[in-house]
Formats: sequence, C-alpha cells, structure tokens
Amino acid sequence: MAGELSGILEHVDRIAALDLDDVEPTSHVVELENVLRADVPHESLPKDVALASAPDPVDGAFRVPSPQAE
Amino acid sequence: MADMLELTAVEAHEAMAAGELDAGEYAEAWSKAAAGDDLNAYLWRNEDGDGGAIAVDRPSIAPIAVKDIFCTEGVPTTAGSRILDGYRPPYTATAVQRLIEAGAPILGKTNMDEFAMGSSNENSAYGPVLNPWDRTRVPGGSSGGSAAVVGGGLAPWAIGTDTGGSIRQPAALCGIVGLKPTYGAISRYGMIAFASSLDQCGPLTRDVRDAALLLAILQGADPCDSTSVGLRQAPQLPDREDLKGLRFAVPSDLTEHVFDAGVRQVFEATLEKIEALGGELGEVSLPHAEHGISAYYVIAPAEASSNLARYDGVRYGMRAGADGDLIQMYEKTRAEGFGAEVKRRIMLGTYALSSGYYDAYYGQAQKVRTKIAADFRTAFEEFDFVVTPTSPSVAFGLGEKTADPLAMYLNDFFTVPMSLAGIPAISIPAGLSEPEGGGPRLPVGFQIAAPAFAEQGLLDASYALEQAIGFDARPQGVRGG
Repeated sequence: MAGELSGILEHVDRIAALDLDDVEPTSHVVELENVLRADVPHESLPKDVALASAPDPVDGAFRVPSPQAE
Repeated sequence: MADMLELTAVEAHEAMAAGELDAGEYAEAWSKAAAGDDLNAYLWRNEDGDGGAIAVDRPSIAPIAVKDIFCTEGVPTTAGSRILDGYRPPYTATAVQRLIEAGAPILGKTNMDEFAMGSSNENSAYGPVLNPWDRTRVPGGSSGGSAAVVGGGLAPWAIGTDTGGSIRQPAALCGIVGLKPTYGAISRYGMIAFASSLDQCGPLTRDVRDAALLLAILQGADPCDSTSVGLRQAPQLPDREDLKGLRFAVPSDLTEHVFDAGVRQVFEATLEKIEALGGELGEVSLPHAEHGISAYYVIAPAEASSNLARYDGVRYGMRAGADGDLIQMYEKTRAEGFGAEVKRRIMLGTYALSSGYYDAYYGQAQKVRTKIAADFRTAFEEFDFVVTPTSPSVAFGLGEKTADPLAMYLNDFFTVPMSLAGIPAISIPAGLSEPEGGGPRLPVGFQIAAPAFAEQGLLDASYALEQAIGFDARPQGVRGG
C-alpha cells in the first residue's frame, strides 16, 4: 500500500506548483447565510432504541473493553 | 396491462392516475422482476412487500431501488461495508421518507462501493455488481447497484449518491440517465457520510422525464440538514423539442486529454445533434478543471477520514478484538471492518490534514476548488451549459483497474470538476461504442452541466437532446432486448 499512496500523492502534488497565494479557500460551494433555527423541543431517540444496535449494551449503556491493558 | 414493465415511471404514474394500471399489481410485477437479480445488484430485497417501518400503505407511484447508503428504519443498511454488517438503523433518511410519502414502495437496497469510494463497484464487501450489458465488465460506481438494476430491468428507477461522479459514471456505463443535482437540492439527512461538502443524492432513471419526476419528489429543504436549501421552483416534466438560443460549451482543457476513440466519436456525433436542434456550440477554457482529480483526492479523503472515525465498534456495527483492551478493540474492529480502498483514503485524508501538511494539501486543494468554481461561473456568463463525455471509456473489465488506484481515480476526470463546483450535471445515454480491445458495443454517456439551481433548464435541454438521440438499445434479455 505504501507504493500506491506515494503514486497518488505524486499526482496530488501537481497542485502544489499552482500560484494560489491570494485565493480564498472554499469549504462550502453554495452561498448560504447563517441563520438560527427555531428552538422547538422534540423527543430524543429513546435509550433502548439507541442501544439496540450496540455490540455490547449493558445496564442502559455501551460497554467497552477496559482502556488499560490487563 | 401485459407489458407494464415497459412503461417508464412517468407513464406508469399517469396510467395509475387514470385508473388504467393497478398500482398493487404493478408493484408486484416489479418485485418479481427484482427477485430475478443475477447481477449481485441487490443487497436486500423487500421480499414480503412489507419492509416494516418503510412499508407504503397505498402505492401510487413506481416502486424504487435505494442505494444501501441511505438509512432505512429496521432494514439492513451496510454502505457496502463489512463494518456495518447487520446494522439496522433506528430512523429513515429524509430522501427515502419523501419517496415513501409519495407512495413509492421500496423494492430493495442496492450494492455499492464501500462507503461510496470507488468507480467500479469492486470495493463492495459483498462482491462486485455485474454490468447488465456484459457480465464480465463493471457497472461503474459507486452507485453501481442502482445503475445496474435500472439498466438491467430489475427496477423502474433508483436513487444513488454522487460525490465525484458516483451517479453519472455508473449511469453512463449502464446506458441510463443519472442526475447529480446542485449541492443542497436534496437533504443529506440519513445518507451515510463520505465527503460531506460534496455528497449529493440524485436519480438514476430510464429517461430524462423520469429523472425530473424523481427530482421533484426528492428535492426540498430539510430542518435535519442545515446545508439543504431545495430548488427555487419545483421541477416540471420537460417537453422542450429544440435547443434554439441555447449555448453549449466544450471545455477544451478537459476534452484535449486522451480518451477512448469510440467515446470521442459518440461525443462528437452528439455535438452535431445539438447543432441540428438549433443549439450553438463554442469552446471554453476551464483552466483549473484538469486539477480537479488532484484537489478531489485531497478534499474527499480528508473529509472521509473525519467522517469514518465514528466506526469504532462501540455504538453500532461490528466489533472485533473484544478480548483485548479498548485500543486493541478499536484497531481490530477497523482493521477487519474496512476494506483496502477505505483504509487507503483514511490514511491519505489523515495525512493531508496532519499538522505541517495541512496548508500544502488540504488548504491548497480548497483554493483549487475556489478556482474551479470560478472557472465555471465565467463559462456560464457566455454559455448556458458545459458538455463533456461522462466517462473516458465504456465499461471496463472486472479486475482490469483494481491493481492501480490512480488509474481508477482517473475515471472521474470529467465528473469531479462539477462536484467541486457544486453545480448540477446529468449523464444521458448517447450511443454505443466498441470497447478498446474489441467486444460487443457498450453504452456511452454524454454529460451536460448547468449553473447552480438551473435544474429545470438542464432537464429541458437534456430531454430535447434525448429525443434527437433516440437511444433505444438495451441489454440482451432486458424487456425483449
């Protein structure tokens, strides 16, 4: 995989040569004005539904292995 | 009606509204057709016609195939990845919800490149989709399953997603219509994220009128997606017959690059048809468009590396290495759950965002994006549309490009610039061409791009051109083909 990544980066590096010093970067293409939405309360996802797809749900929570090696 | 599968979705809709076609019988006929899937195109089919939470009480419009990237409540949703094997989402994507509310039964979920990363469908954890025109070839990607079911007579229409060409390229390779709308036209809520600033849902259909009807159902602002704005006017079914007064630009910076001679021939013949319909042709320079692939393969992996951090074996999806510590569990889950292309892009994206490289890669790519969008804006001051081939080649052989990721990426050469600019673009079938190296003739797509939110004009012009092209070829065995 290292060789493949180098090949891709070599292609990508072509844009490094472009002179774009005064150009603004684009993170969002469609012009939007920021607005605040109405603060309307609504139901949250019920806990049992949120846990239904978890690999190891226990006591209403997501159980994970210990962060410390034994 | 004996030949109800012959009807386009619009024709079926009109026949149902007129009481000439029973919606239940029609949906049933398509369920049976879908059950004959021999292309590995469906990952899940709505076999009992129920589908639980995504069931439609009273069908009133053509049933639809949905790319497996859209969350469907209680129904398996994998995004083509092992890491989501067995995942049943607790909610339904807005786009799918709109289809259900419009009365379109969900026929099934279609196969795709893992997390929509790919141009051949060979990156699916569930095996590649086969091209209905030639089963030794790829259907394109990443919406390859959605394109193959429509092209292969296994669904009347489908939805997919397009990040750098993932609707348009498979549509071209399967001989159907694929539309990527303006970024923000359709809600992304419940659409599993790949590259959020580029991802957009859109129709894959048999013809342009079906694409217009489907877009009309799907589009609209959604409070659950703050980047969705919808279209300014609801799309109407196109009926334009000529192209008088419309100006079409060929971007020489893109078309001077080498691509298949057969594709070029069909492209040039289509340009002649535009002139015959009264359209004006010209050349335009998009000087930065050829850097689209470079910018895209920084921006999309960067966003993906962040989006895919959520798959950690804790809240949903698969878990591996549960007998180790937490870090080992994360590592094993992601090592076993993700395929090679996804890992490649996570590494590229993480690298491009890392301290010391951020400005050189991600920052520079975002500036290229600014320039590409500006190039298009300049072109649209003089022209109504920009046209290119959709893909540099017809469908290639399974396994032909898997050893060279960069060669695979270059399939998106003509489609990526429009994605970076956020503008709408459609691929319509323009003819057949023999593949390089010989073999039966395969479909060639013609791409038309328009300014942001100019979908109606794009559909109108595409419809007129579609009538003039008169593409009526179909794969062997499909609806009498």
